[in-house]
Amino acid sequence: MAFQVALGDTAVAEVATTKIGIKNLNFFYGTFQGLRNITLEIPERQVTAFIGPSGCGKSTLLRTLNRMYSLYPGQRAEGEINLNGVNVLDPKHDLNALRGQVGMVFQKPTPFPMSIYDNIAFGVKLYESLNRSDMDERVEWALKKAALWTEAKDKLNQSGLSLSGGQQQRLCIARGIAVKPEVLLLDEPTSALDPISTARIEELVSELRTDYTIVMVTHNMQQAARVSQHTAYMYLGELIEFTPTAQIFVKPKDKRTEDYITGRFG
Amino acid sequence: MARANGSTSKANSFALQDKIFGYSTQFFALLVLVTLVGIIASLFMGSWQTLSETGPKFFVTDTWDPVRKVFGGMAPLWGTIITATIALVIGVPVSFGIAIFLTEMCPPALKRPLGTAVELLAAIPSIIYGMWGLFVFAPLFAETLQPVMINTLGKIPVIGVVFQGTPNGFGVFTAGVILSVMVIPFIASVMRDVFDTTPPILKESAYGLGATTWEVVWNVVLPYTKAGVIGGIMLGLGRALGETMAVTFVIGNAYNISPKLFEPGNSIASSLANEFNEASDPAHLSALITLGLTLFVLSFCVLAASRWMLSTLTKREGKRT
Repeated sequence: MAFQVALGDTAVAEVATTKIGIKNLNFFYGTFQGLRNITLEIPERQVTAFIGPSGCGKSTLLRTLNRMYSLYPGQRAEGEINLNGVNVLDPKHDLNALRGQVGMVFQKPTPFPMSIYDNIAFGVKLYESLNRSDMDERVEWALKKAALWTEAKDKLNQSGLSLSGGQQQRLCIARGIAVKPEVLLLDEPTSALDPISTARIEELVSELRTDYTIVMVTHNMQQAARVSQHTAYMYLGELIEFTPTAQIFVKPKDKRTEDYITGRFG
Repeated sequence: MARANGSTSKANSFALQDKIFGYSTQFFALLVLVTLVGIIASLFMGSWQTLSETGPKFFVTDTWDPVRKVFGGMAPLWGTIITATIALVIGVPVSFGIAIFLTEMCPPALKRPLGTAVELLAAIPSIIYGMWGLFVFAPLFAETLQPVMINTLGKIPVIGVVFQGTPNGFGVFTAGVILSVMVIPFIASVMRDVFDTTPPILKESAYGLGATTWEVVWNVVLPYTKAGVIGGIMLGLGRALGETMAVTFVIGNAYNISPKLFEPGNSIASSLANEFNEASDPAHLSALITLGLTLFVLSFCVLAASRWMLSTLTKREGKRT
């Protein structure tokens, strides 16, 4: 599957393969249907943004990608989500392995109540048994990737809660990439941050896309325009439009998308 | 002008009300302090005879003989500590399991009935536990589990001695088991409540990394809630140390220090309950009050130890500044 991507004026053509193929996905909270027949192909090593008004199902869709919903009885998904061609909704699919492949960062920074070092080592220890020096290296690598190393290198033994909000969120990103996932899910990662921290996270997301497939939920359309290559507009549990970002903001195909991005509602 | 005056006097009356309210709350708070000082003072005065005559030897003497007027508090002190320890060794892991199940894995339909059942267990009066221990648990234990334990665990070299003694169902071990049943509802319901305060998003972050329920609870939920968990355990320990009726019924009431847990023993609270009525001799009475003071100091030490534990645990997490 190939995508033609036009980025602003430069009109760069990129060819990407599908990383996650979602097919006829329906999602239920008990009897309430939260997602309706979603079919979507998320390209590899690019940033895909989900936008839409509150309650449209964009977070729900994100949470099906690592089956986070399965923590809660009564929530269930039907259809297919193929990660590298393997259906992860298959009940026999190894959940812990899936979460090793698909990392997640949340609306609010969620450092664990432990040191900065242990915050990152925690996830790594679930999959690999590294000796001390390899672990040191991995922690350093992850913190550098998340652009936090220079700020944190002198206080690795301090509590993760000693960092500022923006630093905590980068710590959570570092924690997510330390286990070397293929996909990163970001659920409104900057909604609790100030504009400067937000800019740093956005910069980081743009850098990380060279190595990871990134799927991001955002309330902020400018943010979607700034960092994503593809945008999906959702409304009332349905996928209304999924196109290259440059196109959706300039020439939306659907009237409902146009109303939303021009601020006529939502 | 009149209006302005009116609002000033209204403001004055608000200020007065606030003052009265402030002083009355202060009075109640100080009342706690006064009561505490009063109890300590009367315990000291009551125990003065023993403290001045026997001195610190009171705590290392294991003879308790009202006829010869030799009073040593070591046996009840030993019994109190051992029974409370048994109660926690059994009670804490069980409570932890109950709390994990109720907060992490319980189907929603079962959550309320099970939680209520645990709380109801705490509402049972201790005399009922004592009677249950005396009439049901002790005979059953003597017939079934106790001989088996003596013949298996009791045969282990060195530590086996702990599981020896007369298999009649009574003794220090039985008291500890009854106490564990009594402290479980306290510890379990506190643990459940504090586990529930963990933000779902924090747990999801750990699950999102691929952690199992156990890894999430052990590495994230428990450190997050440690203050509450330790508080719950101390609440249970406080009950175990001071519990009187249930222990008196099953512990055997013998001034006896033995590593054998199936032998009869005594605890501070059960000694007091048994002997206070008959203590006509001032020396006897003073010795009993000294035991009371000991229990008070012991509880205080437990509280201090929990504070200390909490601060070391927090340090281990790393500095927050």
